[in-house]
Amino acid sequence: MIEVEDAHFSYSNRVEALKGISLTIKDGEFVSVMGQNGAGKTTLIKHFNGLLKPSQGIVRIDGVDTRKTSIATLARNIGFVFQNPDHQLFSETVEEEIAFALKNFGFETEVIEKRIDWALNLLGLTQYRKTSPFLLSGGERKRVALASVLAWDPKALILDEPTIGQDYQQKEKLRQFIVQMQTQGKTIVIVTHDVEFVAECNSRVLLMREGRIIADGESRDILTDPEVLAKSSIVLPQIAQIFARLSSLGIPKDVIDVYEAKTIILEALEKRRK
Amino acid sequence: MSVFDGLKFRRVYSPIHNLDPRVKFIYVIVIFVAAILFSEILPLIALFLMQIPFVLLARVQKQWLRSLRGAAFLASFIFIVNIATKFFTAGYMLTATDFEFSTAMTLRFVVLVESFSVFFLTTSPDHLGLALEQTRIPYEFAFAFTTAVRFVPVLAEEAQTIMDAQKARGLEMEKGNFLKRIRNYVPVLIPLIVSAIRRSLELAEAMESRAWGASKKRTNLYALKLGRGDLALLAITICILAFSIYLRLYFVVPNIIQFF
Repeated sequence: MIEVEDAHFSYSNRVEALKGISLTIKDGEFVSVMGQNGAGKTTLIKHFNGLLKPSQGIVRIDGVDTRKTSIATLARNIGFVFQNPDHQLFSETVEEEIAFALKNFGFETEVIEKRIDWALNLLGLTQYRKTSPFLLSGGERKRVALASVLAWDPKALILDEPTIGQDYQQKEKLRQFIVQMQTQGKTIVIVTHDVEFVAECNSRVLLMREGRIIADGESRDILTDPEVLAKSSIVLPQIAQIFARLSSLGIPKDVIDVYEAKTIILEALEKRRK
Repeated sequence: MSVFDGLKFRRVYSPIHNLDPRVKFIYVIVIFVAAILFSEILPLIALFLMQIPFVLLARVQKQWLRSLRGAAFLASFIFIVNIATKFFTAGYMLTATDFEFSTAMTLRFVVLVESFSVFFLTTSPDHLGLALEQTRIPYEFAFAFTTAVRFVPVLAEEAQTIMDAQKARGLEMEKGNFLKRIRNYVPVLIPLIVSAIRRSLELAEAMESRAWGASKKRTNLYALKLGRGDLALLAITICILAFSIYLRLYFVVPNIIQFF
């Protein structure tokens, strides 16, 4: 469980990046943090594994104050995948890259071997086991970074901009993967600008603006509210846009899911025919 | 990364910022030379104190102090090495003079750091490039130099992100003995170097696509001119140099110990 109580944070240039954030993320929840650039999204999630500590207020992970423990201890439970995989890849082979964190956390050699097999298999990287991560494509490097975090099986997974630079198919795979992780009981937090991605994920949405949370609720409610979205420079997902314009047909506005949209449209057409 | 903070330029206006970078550079070099000329503590203290009015005039005291704090580690290292060599070479004995000498050596380093820090804190990279060009250094070299200076803060920020990424994977930088701690930097240095090389290739492509080097003769919108303040600083600089050389050649600089 991640609890944030009235957290403030400012960088050394004295601009306050977080201006009093309070929220609770329960175990097994799936949360998408959205908002324009500079809204404080990345600053907020860096508080979840202790990389940043609040200058005022409290952040608690499973009841432990982040100021009273080390990043390494927190990281054991909170896996954090950075936006740019090039900021973490350094090993000669993909295998060693994944082993790095496992060694840091003091896993046994046999366990490390098993975990590497498991993580490589999970993300379809088995054929690159002995390849240098620097020779892989951007999307593959991103998957190696993800594998290197998943390998130690953290309870919660935090992903900073996971969809950037991924093609549609990879995004779809990522989405299925995240949903799969969630059904296994992992807490998932993603930071993203990708409104279509969030619409398909059906998660809880946190909207941020200038260091504050301006909306917190189900994606269906928030992503169909043009006024709230405009405040954080986000446009409605395409399905919501179409449904907003078709309201004269007597169909609901709060739809973002493609499958649901299809059912509603078919029903409406059926009614017309009769 | 606090050492780099002391080299980061911020656009403020003060009498010091408006000085010609060439004159400021000569001043820094003279302070540098003077600090090397003396290994006695008194002149080094004087050199140290001489920078303070500059810092105050330029209103960069905060960043300046931060860069000094950043240099504290190396400074204490220099002090310890000096004391240790004295201790072992002089037959496991230490005298007050040894302490004074080691302090002087440390102070010499601090003077070098502080004068360079003042220079970089008060000189914009653009100004610096302009100065290099006007001293007839080929534009390619001037450009390479200013680009390097401009990339220092970018690299420092990137190093911070990389460190965060590795800490999030359980790396504990401050753990282990001395050798282990040095090895802890490998996961930070490799991504940093790789991305710096990648960045430089991208920069080269961006420059080519904007026709860099297409015209042989470049003109500038701004030109540097020596003002009254510049001449005054130049005069002060020459006096410092002349005085230091004179002092060095014709006088024996006393140690503080002799006064007790």
